[in-house]
Amino acid sequence: MLAFIIRRLAQSVLVMLFVALIAFVIFRYVGDPITSMVGVETRLEDQEIMRDRLGLNDPVVVQFARFIGNALQGEFGISYRLQQPVTELILSRLPATLELAVASALIALVFGVVLGVFTALRPKSFLTAGIMAASLVGVSLPTFLIGIGLIYVFAVELGWLPSFGRGEVVDLGWWRTGLLTESGLKSLILPAITLSLFQLTLIMRLVRAEMLEVLRTEYIRFARARGLSQRAINFGHALKNTMVPVITITGLQLGSVIAFAIVTETVFQWPGVGSLFITSVQVVDVPVMAAYLMFIALVFVLINLIVDILYYVVDPRLRVDGGAGN
Amino acid sequence: MKNVIKGLGAALLCTTMLVSAASAETIRWARASDALTLDPHSQNQGVTHNFAHHIYETLVDRDVEGNLQARLALSWELKADDPTTWVFKLREGVTFHDGAPFTAEDVVFSLDRARSEKSNMRQLHADVDQVTAVDDYTVEVKMKGPSPLYPNNLTNTFIMDKTWSEANNVVEVQDYAAGEDNYAVRNTNGTGPYKLQSREVDVRSVLTLNENHWAEEKPAVTEIVYLPITDAATRVAALLSGEVDIVQDVPVQDIDRLSGTAGIKIETGPENRVIYFGYRFGEEPLKSSNVTDANPFNDPRVREAMELAIDRDAIRQVVMRGQSIPTGVANPPFVNGWTEELDAYPAVDLDRAKALLAEAGYPDGFTVTLDTPNNRYVNDEAISQAVVGMLGRIGIQVTLASRPVAQHSPLVTANETDFYLLGWGVPTFDSAYVFNDLVHTKDGDYGAYNGGLYSNPELDEKIRSLGVETDLDKRNATIAEIWQVVKEDRVLLPIHNQVLAYAMKDSITLPVHPENQPLMTSVQFNN
Repeated sequence: MLAFIIRRLAQSVLVMLFVALIAFVIFRYVGDPITSMVGVETRLEDQEIMRDRLGLNDPVVVQFARFIGNALQGEFGISYRLQQPVTELILSRLPATLELAVASALIALVFGVVLGVFTALRPKSFLTAGIMAASLVGVSLPTFLIGIGLIYVFAVELGWLPSFGRGEVVDLGWWRTGLLTESGLKSLILPAITLSLFQLTLIMRLVRAEMLEVLRTEYIRFARARGLSQRAINFGHALKNTMVPVITITGLQLGSVIAFAIVTETVFQWPGVGSLFITSVQVVDVPVMAAYLMFIALVFVLINLIVDILYYVVDPRLRVDGGAGN
Repeated sequence: MKNVIKGLGAALLCTTMLVSAASAETIRWARASDALTLDPHSQNQGVTHNFAHHIYETLVDRDVEGNLQARLALSWELKADDPTTWVFKLREGVTFHDGAPFTAEDVVFSLDRARSEKSNMRQLHADVDQVTAVDDYTVEVKMKGPSPLYPNNLTNTFIMDKTWSEANNVVEVQDYAAGEDNYAVRNTNGTGPYKLQSREVDVRSVLTLNENHWAEEKPAVTEIVYLPITDAATRVAALLSGEVDIVQDVPVQDIDRLSGTAGIKIETGPENRVIYFGYRFGEEPLKSSNVTDANPFNDPRVREAMELAIDRDAIRQVVMRGQSIPTGVANPPFVNGWTEELDAYPAVDLDRAKALLAEAGYPDGFTVTLDTPNNRYVNDEAISQAVVGMLGRIGIQVTLASRPVAQHSPLVTANETDFYLLGWGVPTFDSAYVFNDLVHTKDGDYGAYNGGLYSNPELDEKIRSLGVETDLDKRNATIAEIWQVVKEDRVLLPIHNQVLAYAMKDSITLPVHPENQPLMTSVQFNN
């Protein structure tokens, strides 16, 4: 077990290093950070001095080594754009993204399961046909279009919900939350729905497919034969057995929800790490971009690591090649 | 009795004025991006300066017509017996937000800080030799040589308090390469009309009225909530839904719709920025052309043909939706040296253009690549696309290479482009600024953005003379001569001046500022 975890950890470190390397190579082609940092009025030799001070004239290998060395100490440098420590910037933006991600994951899970069960149990209903058609729209429409559409309807036309931002926030010291104020909760609704739509349709279709599968199995037929109530069969037996893959997928998707919050955050001016990343890309703020990519890689690596370890605990067959096959 | 009535009237007037001044008016002001830093000398960038102008003040600044006006300096003139020294008389009775008095030593400190090595404002003060305080309210700036226009460079150089800066260890400007941020990046102590109350970067900043500000007339706006909203559609939606009062960066395509919306109005005005195309000069063949034995752009007939093929009015109507001012000179109308004759541009004449091309030896045209930025100027990429089509009509086949400005700009400064689009603002409001960077042969401090390596030694000499000529009439005559040559030689292919548009609620008025730096003190409520 220990050897397995160590091996997995070693692999994770390799993955992180690889991500860092790719990120670094890409940065070479994003553009010249100096151009974004200074105006056209800055003399070229002053720009050159700046480039030197930032170490941008060093070979990529040297820059990469320096970056890894600093990153190991949790040091990502100073944002070129905002001139604040990057670690601090990302940590201050993280609560907004996490609250949005969790809220949308909850919406996706609750509505996805309910609609999935409904469409599985009433396959011939008109409503099912409607939901299935609508889910296609949810999967195929790009997020920014959905976001703008929701803003137009609920903020501009109806005036019910705010069109941008996070509303009033309460500072809990290390966590700035928008969940404790009315305007904060109102502001959360539209972006959370926008971000959840894709996951929602995914979960709904998954639950429906699994449920249809399970409903055909023999133990369900036996349950019916035993004269159990519909409710007990559908929810006590069928749904329970469909939930295993659903939970796995939802867990794994949480990582991508955090990563793909970028578009939603930009459309709603949600002050999270995603919008920070986009602004940083536009001005080639390399320290922030690097730290963000490392952070997202870390999230994925950690989630996968946990899932792997859980599988290992759950499934004895995995232990065989680990030398425990005695 | 008459006097009593008069007195009563005056008293009444006073009270009503007091009432209107005392009633709190909050303005929610949305822009596309946030100020980068609060350190006033660390970034030379428009959005950052615009925000800083509310908290800090400069010696001089510009009104909405583009004229230089007094701010912390009351007057400025060259010393009688020494044409290389500027003397500034300072405003008395000004205090910083923390109560400290504003004196000459603060100006000396701030100018020295602004021209220190880590400052991004230093190029504007490159000709300064020494700054000294003569007495508490007089400052002398000794220049390295005659600098007749130095005060023009001071419109964005803010004055900090020396004592405060020393106490908080911010005598030096933030160093990017350092590991820690500077106190001045997040804290302020200016003399400006507003104080910083709170700030969350990229989210919102709140400014409140500085009751002790020196101006006699108190601004109508008592609180500013500054809201950066990146996405253009969201920004407009926020205005439509009434969540913001002013949107400064309005997308061109939304102007029509917004001005037709009840309760919203648009203020437009010319910006101090011209959009132009630049060519590669010299005998060496172009890198991206099928003409491999010569440089077609080097032939004046080709440049004339291209100008005749480009329909500036069509670009204005179709690409810019009416929001631009076509021009025949690469110089915005506010700038010293601009004239109506220069501004005139020829009508489109395709037959003549084709004839000129044939005369130059390219009857079937040629191919070339046009480099354009796609996120810097208003509809920059679309302008280039339109020009590709227009040049196609006379047989010049243009391939478009579109890049974000962070990649485009190095191409121009490294002279790696044959044909490019660029925009140019003139912060000094003087033609010398255009000549120095765009027309003078690339050499040291000169010609930094002369992407096509144009070189005319005769002009170079005249351009350099502008920097030291103190006789303004003579200087203006030289400027006119230089423009004459630049226009006749078609060194640049100007298209139009950009237009700024601010969208706001019907109940307020904010005039457009030519440098896109409107002050909220200029907001009027029309009740």
